[in-house]
Amino acid sequence: MIFVTIGTQEPFDRLIAIMDEIAGSIDEEVIAQVSNSKFVCKNMVTKDFLSPTEFDDLFFRARLIISHAGMGTIISALERNKPIVVLPRIAKLGEHRNEHQLATAKKMADLKYIHVTYDENELNEKVLELVKAVDIKPLHVLGKKASDSLLSSLTDFITLIS
Amino acid sequence: MKILAIASAGGHWVQLLRLESAFKGHELIYLSTKKDFGKMVEGHQFISVADANRNDKLGLLKTFKALKAIIRSVKPDLVVTTGAAPGLMGLMAGKLYGSKTIWIDSIANAEKLSMSGQIALTFADKVYTQWPDLANKKIIYSGNVLS
Repeated sequence: MIFVTIGTQEPFDRLIAIMDEIAGSIDEEVIAQVSNSKFVCKNMVTKDFLSPTEFDDLFFRARLIISHAGMGTIISALERNKPIVVLPRIAKLGEHRNEHQLATAKKMADLKYIHVTYDENELNEKVLELVKAVDIKPLHVLGKKASDSLLSSLTDFITLIS
Repeated sequence: MKILAIASAGGHWVQLLRLESAFKGHELIYLSTKKDFGKMVEGHQFISVADANRNDKLGLLKTFKALKAIIRSVKPDLVVTTGAAPGLMGLMAGKLYGSKTIWIDSIANAEKLSMSGQIALTFADKVYTQWPDLANKKIIYSGNVLS
Protein backbone atom coordinates (compact mmCIF):
# COMPACT_ATOMS: atom_id res chain seq x y z
CA MET A 1 0.00 0.00 0.00
CA ILE A 2 1.11 3.54 -0.77
CA PHE A 3 0.04 6.33 1.61
CA VAL A 4 -0.28 9.88 0.31
CA THR A 5 -0.41 12.74 2.84
CA ILE A 6 -0.62 16.50 2.32
CA GLY A 7 -0.03 17.41 5.98
CA THR A 8 -2.34 19.42 8.20
CA GLN A 9 -2.64 22.59 6.11
CA GLU A 10 -4.35 23.75 2.96
CA PRO A 11 -5.37 21.52 0.03
CA PHE A 12 -2.70 20.30 -2.37
CA ASP A 13 -4.69 19.10 -5.38
CA ARG A 14 -1.69 19.05 -7.74
CA LEU A 15 -0.28 16.16 -5.66
CA ILE A 16 -3.68 14.45 -5.30
CA ALA A 17 -4.43 14.64 -9.05
CA ILE A 18 -1.10 13.18 -10.17
CA MET A 19 -1.20 10.47 -7.51
CA ASP A 20 -4.73 9.52 -8.62
CA GLU A 21 -3.42 9.20 -12.17
CA ILE A 22 -0.45 7.08 -11.00
CA ALA A 23 -2.79 4.94 -8.86
CA GLY A 24 -4.68 4.07 -12.05
CA SER A 25 -1.53 2.81 -13.75
CA ILE A 26 -0.11 0.58 -11.00
CA ASP A 27 -1.29 -2.61 -9.38
CA GLU A 28 -1.14 -1.41 -5.77
CA GLU A 29 -3.58 0.14 -3.33
CA VAL A 30 -3.12 3.91 -2.82
CA ILE A 31 -4.77 5.69 0.12
CA ALA A 32 -4.66 9.49 0.41
CA GLN A 33 -5.19 11.88 3.32
CA VAL A 34 -6.71 15.02 1.76
CA SER A 35 -8.23 18.24 3.10
CA ASN A 36 -10.68 20.60 1.38
CA SER A 37 -9.91 18.90 -1.93
CA LYS A 38 -11.92 19.90 -5.00
CA PHE A 39 -10.47 17.05 -7.02
CA VAL A 40 -12.58 13.91 -7.35
CA CYS A 41 -10.39 10.81 -7.22
CA LYS A 42 -11.12 7.84 -9.46
CA ASN A 43 -8.38 5.45 -8.40
CA MET A 44 -7.42 6.33 -4.83
CA VAL A 45 -9.27 5.88 -1.56
CA THR A 46 -9.34 9.32 0.11
CA LYS A 47 -9.70 10.20 3.79
CA ASP A 48 -10.81 13.71 4.74
CA PHE A 49 -10.27 13.41 8.44
CA LEU A 50 -7.94 11.03 10.24
CA SER A 51 -7.38 10.79 13.99
CA PRO A 52 -3.69 10.57 15.05
CA THR A 53 -4.20 6.81 15.63
CA GLU A 54 -5.75 6.21 12.19
CA PHE A 55 -3.02 8.30 10.60
CA ASP A 56 -0.29 6.31 12.39
CA ASP A 57 -1.92 3.05 11.34
CA LEU A 58 -1.93 3.98 7.64
CA PHE A 59 1.61 5.33 7.93
CA PHE A 60 2.72 2.07 9.52
CA ARG A 61 1.00 -0.15 6.95
CA ALA A 62 2.34 1.75 3.94
CA ARG A 63 5.48 0.57 2.17
CA LEU A 64 5.94 3.98 0.52
CA ILE A 65 4.96 7.49 1.68
CA ILE A 66 4.22 10.26 -0.83
CA SER A 67 3.85 13.73 0.63
CA HIS A 68 4.30 17.49 0.48
CA ALA A 69 7.74 18.66 1.68
CA GLY A 70 6.61 19.31 5.27
CA MET A 71 9.28 18.53 7.85
CA GLY A 72 6.74 16.89 10.17
CA THR A 73 5.94 14.20 7.60
CA ILE A 74 9.56 13.89 6.49
CA ILE A 75 10.84 13.38 10.07
CA SER A 76 7.99 10.96 10.86
CA ALA A 77 8.89 8.85 7.80
CA LEU A 78 12.63 8.82 8.65
CA GLU A 79 11.89 7.89 12.29
CA ARG A 80 9.66 5.01 11.21
CA ASN A 81 12.02 3.59 8.62
CA LYS A 82 9.70 4.45 5.72
CA PRO A 83 10.86 5.42 2.23
CA ILE A 84 9.37 8.79 1.25
CA VAL A 85 9.00 10.81 -1.96
CA VAL A 86 8.08 14.48 -1.65
CA LEU A 87 6.68 17.10 -4.01
CA PRO A 88 7.21 20.58 -2.50
CA ARG A 89 4.24 22.95 -2.30
CA ILE A 90 4.83 26.00 -4.51
CA ALA A 91 3.71 29.37 -3.09
CA LYS A 92 3.50 30.84 -6.62
CA LEU A 93 0.74 28.31 -7.33
CA GLY A 94 -1.09 29.26 -4.14
CA GLU A 95 -0.11 26.05 -2.36
CA HIS A 96 1.65 27.72 0.61
CA ARG A 97 2.43 31.11 2.16
CA ASN A 98 6.07 31.17 1.06
CA GLU A 99 8.60 29.04 -0.82
CA HIS A 100 10.17 27.41 2.26
CA GLN A 101 9.14 23.90 1.18
CA LEU A 102 11.24 24.26 -1.93
CA ALA A 103 14.26 25.30 0.18
CA THR A 104 13.91 22.48 2.71
CA ALA A 105 13.29 19.93 -0.04
CA LYS A 106 16.56 20.96 -1.75
CA LYS A 107 18.47 20.70 1.55
CA MET A 108 17.00 17.25 2.27
CA ALA A 109 17.87 16.16 -1.28
CA ASP A 110 21.48 17.40 -0.80
CA LEU A 111 21.70 15.31 2.39
CA LYS A 112 20.34 12.34 0.39
CA TYR A 113 17.79 11.68 3.14
CA ILE A 114 14.67 11.49 0.96
CA HIS A 115 13.51 11.32 -2.67
CA VAL A 116 12.66 14.83 -3.86
CA THR A 117 10.72 15.49 -7.06
CA TYR A 118 10.05 19.00 -8.36
CA ASP A 119 7.10 18.43 -10.70
CA GLU A 120 4.40 15.90 -11.54
CA ASN A 121 6.46 14.18 -14.27
CA GLU A 122 9.39 13.60 -11.93
CA LEU A 123 7.03 12.28 -9.26
CA ASN A 124 5.38 9.93 -11.77
CA GLU A 125 8.76 8.55 -12.89
CA LYS A 126 10.07 8.16 -9.35
CA VAL A 127 6.98 6.35 -8.04
CA LEU A 128 6.87 3.98 -11.03
CA GLU A 129 10.56 3.20 -10.54
CA LEU A 130 10.26 2.60 -6.77
CA VAL A 131 7.13 0.40 -6.81
CA LYS A 132 8.90 -2.11 -9.05
CA ALA A 133 10.98 -3.20 -6.05
CA VAL A 134 9.59 -5.90 -3.76
CA ASP A 135 11.14 -4.16 -0.75
CA ILE A 136 11.52 -0.36 -1.01
CA LYS A 137 14.39 0.82 1.20
CA PRO A 138 14.42 4.25 2.90
CA LEU A 139 17.38 6.45 1.87
CA HIS A 140 18.09 7.35 5.51
CA VAL A 141 16.90 6.37 8.98
CA LEU A 142 16.73 8.66 12.03
CA GLY A 143 16.89 7.84 15.73
CA LYS A 144 14.24 9.20 18.11
CA LYS A 145 16.21 12.19 19.36
CA ALA A 146 17.65 15.48 18.12
CA SER A 147 21.39 15.73 17.50
CA ASP A 148 23.56 15.37 20.62
CA SER A 149 25.02 18.86 20.13
CA LEU A 150 21.59 20.51 20.20
CA LEU A 151 20.48 18.48 23.24
CA SER A 152 23.65 19.24 25.20
CA SER A 153 23.48 22.94 24.35
CA LEU A 154 19.93 23.04 25.77
CA THR A 155 20.93 20.98 28.82
CA ASP A 156 23.86 23.33 29.52
CA PHE A 157 21.58 26.36 29.50
CA ILE A 158 19.02 24.61 31.74
CA THR A 159 21.77 23.67 34.22
CA LEU A 160 23.01 27.26 34.19
CA ILE A 161 19.59 28.70 35.13
CA SER A 162 18.56 25.93 37.59
CA MET B 1 12.56 23.21 37.80
CA LYS B 2 9.36 23.57 35.77
CA ILE B 3 9.60 23.61 31.97
CA LEU B 4 6.73 24.50 29.63
CA ALA B 5 7.36 23.15 26.12
CA ILE B 6 5.13 24.58 23.36
CA ALA B 7 4.59 23.68 19.70
CA SER B 8 1.76 24.00 17.17
CA ALA B 9 0.37 20.80 15.66
CA GLY B 10 2.30 19.40 12.70
CA GLY B 11 6.02 19.69 12.05
CA HIS B 12 6.66 22.02 15.00
CA TRP B 13 5.27 19.37 17.38
CA VAL B 14 7.23 16.51 15.78
CA GLN B 15 10.42 18.56 16.29
CA LEU B 16 9.61 19.45 19.92
CA LEU B 17 9.16 15.77 20.88
CA ARG B 18 12.69 15.04 19.65
CA LEU B 19 14.11 17.42 22.31
CA GLU B 20 12.59 15.69 25.34
CA SER B 21 15.78 14.12 26.67
CA ALA B 22 17.27 17.61 27.15
CA PHE B 23 14.58 18.27 29.77
CA LYS B 24 15.07 15.07 31.76
CA GLY B 25 15.05 15.45 35.54
CA HIS B 26 12.72 18.46 35.42
CA GLU B 27 8.95 18.82 35.57
CA LEU B 28 7.93 18.97 31.92
CA ILE B 29 4.55 20.31 30.77
CA TYR B 30 3.59 20.13 27.10
CA LEU B 31 1.30 22.56 25.30
CA SER B 32 -0.04 22.29 21.75
CA THR B 33 -2.97 23.21 19.52
CA LYS B 34 -4.69 19.81 19.23
CA LYS B 35 -6.61 18.38 22.20
CA ASP B 36 -5.83 14.72 21.43
CA PHE B 37 -2.03 15.21 21.41
CA GLY B 38 -1.95 14.49 25.16
CA LYS B 39 -1.89 10.78 24.27
CA MET B 40 1.48 11.27 22.60
CA VAL B 41 3.13 12.59 25.77
CA GLU B 42 1.76 10.27 28.43
CA GLY B 43 3.36 10.76 31.83
CA HIS B 44 3.48 14.53 31.37
CA GLN B 45 0.90 17.21 31.98
CA PHE B 46 -0.62 18.38 28.67
CA ILE B 47 -2.48 21.61 27.91
CA SER B 48 -4.08 22.65 24.61
CA VAL B 49 -4.93 26.11 23.27
CA ALA B 50 -6.72 27.24 20.11
CA ASP B 51 -4.42 27.63 17.11
CA ALA B 52 -3.84 31.06 15.59
CA ASN B 53 -1.65 32.52 12.87
CA ARG B 54 -0.52 35.99 12.02
CA ASN B 55 -3.35 36.54 9.49
CA ASP B 56 -5.86 36.24 12.30
CA LYS B 57 -5.19 39.09 14.74
CA LEU B 58 -8.22 38.43 16.94
CA GLY B 59 -7.32 34.73 17.19
CA LEU B 60 -3.75 35.68 18.12
CA LEU B 61 -5.00 37.98 20.86
CA LYS B 62 -7.24 35.22 22.27
CA THR B 63 -4.37 32.72 22.19
CA PHE B 64 -2.09 35.24 23.90
CA LYS B 65 -4.67 35.81 26.66
CA ALA B 66 -5.09 32.06 27.13
CA LEU B 67 -1.32 31.56 27.34
CA LYS B 68 -0.97 34.45 29.80
CA ALA B 69 -3.53 32.80 32.10
CA ILE B 70 -1.83 29.40 31.77
CA ILE B 71 1.64 30.79 32.48
CA ARG B 72 0.40 32.82 35.44
CA SER B 73 -0.97 29.67 37.04
CA VAL B 74 1.72 27.16 35.95
CA LYS B 75 4.65 29.53 36.73
CA PRO B 76 7.24 27.75 34.56
CA ASP B 77 10.90 28.58 35.15
CA LEU B 78 11.54 28.05 31.45
CA VAL B 79 9.36 28.33 28.35
CA VAL B 80 10.75 26.63 25.26
CA THR B 81 9.16 26.45 21.80
CA THR B 82 9.79 25.20 18.28
CA GLY B 83 7.05 27.56 16.97
CA ALA B 84 4.90 28.78 15.48
CA ALA B 85 2.72 31.81 16.44
CA PRO B 86 1.28 30.27 19.65
CA GLY B 87 4.85 29.40 20.69
CA LEU B 88 5.86 33.03 20.23
CA MET B 89 2.84 34.15 22.30
CA GLY B 90 3.93 31.66 24.98
CA LEU B 91 7.48 33.08 25.06
CA MET B 92 6.08 36.63 25.35
CA ALA B 93 3.78 35.64 28.21
CA GLY B 94 6.66 33.76 29.85
CA LYS B 95 8.88 36.83 29.60
CA LEU B 96 6.13 38.90 31.19
CA TYR B 97 6.02 36.61 34.25
CA GLY B 98 9.77 36.18 34.63
CA SER B 99 10.37 32.81 32.92
CA LYS B 100 13.52 32.16 30.92
CA THR B 101 12.72 31.74 27.22
CA ILE B 102 14.15 29.67 24.36
CA TRP B 103 13.09 29.88 20.70
CA ILE B 104 14.16 27.02 18.42
CA ASP B 105 13.43 27.97 14.82
CA SER B 106 11.88 25.15 12.76
CA ILE B 107 14.18 23.12 10.53
CA ALA B 108 11.76 24.06 7.74
CA ASN B 109 13.31 27.55 7.75
CA ALA B 110 16.45 26.80 5.76
CA GLU B 111 16.92 30.14 4.00
CA LYS B 112 16.00 32.67 6.68
CA LEU B 113 14.78 32.76 10.24
CA SER B 114 10.96 32.70 10.51
CA MET B 115 9.13 35.96 11.15
CA SER B 116 8.20 34.72 14.64
CA GLY B 117 11.86 33.83 15.21
CA GLN B 118 12.90 37.36 14.30
CA ILE B 119 10.47 38.73 16.87
CA ALA B 120 11.71 36.23 19.48
CA LEU B 121 15.23 37.48 18.76
CA THR B 122 14.33 40.86 20.29
CA PHE B 123 13.59 39.45 23.76
CA ALA B 124 14.21 35.69 24.18
CA ASP B 125 17.16 34.43 26.26
CA LYS B 126 18.24 32.00 23.54
CA VAL B 127 17.38 31.77 19.85
CA TYR B 128 18.48 28.74 17.86
CA THR B 129 18.50 28.10 14.12
CA GLN B 130 18.92 24.58 12.74
CA TRP B 131 21.01 25.68 9.76
CA PRO B 132 24.67 26.78 10.15
CA ASP B 133 24.42 29.47 7.43
CA LEU B 134 21.77 31.33 9.44
CA ALA B 135 23.79 31.56 12.66
CA ASN B 136 25.40 34.80 13.86
CA LYS B 137 26.37 36.42 17.18
CA LYS B 138 22.77 36.34 18.44
CA ILE B 139 21.40 33.28 16.63
CA ILE B 140 22.87 30.00 17.86
CA TYR B 141 23.52 26.98 15.67
CA SER B 142 24.28 23.81 17.61
CA GLY B 143 22.97 20.96 15.49
CA ASN B 144 19.36 20.24 14.63
CA VAL B 145 16.44 17.99 15.54
CA LEU B 146 17.72 15.23 13.23
CA SER B 147 20.13 12.59 14.48
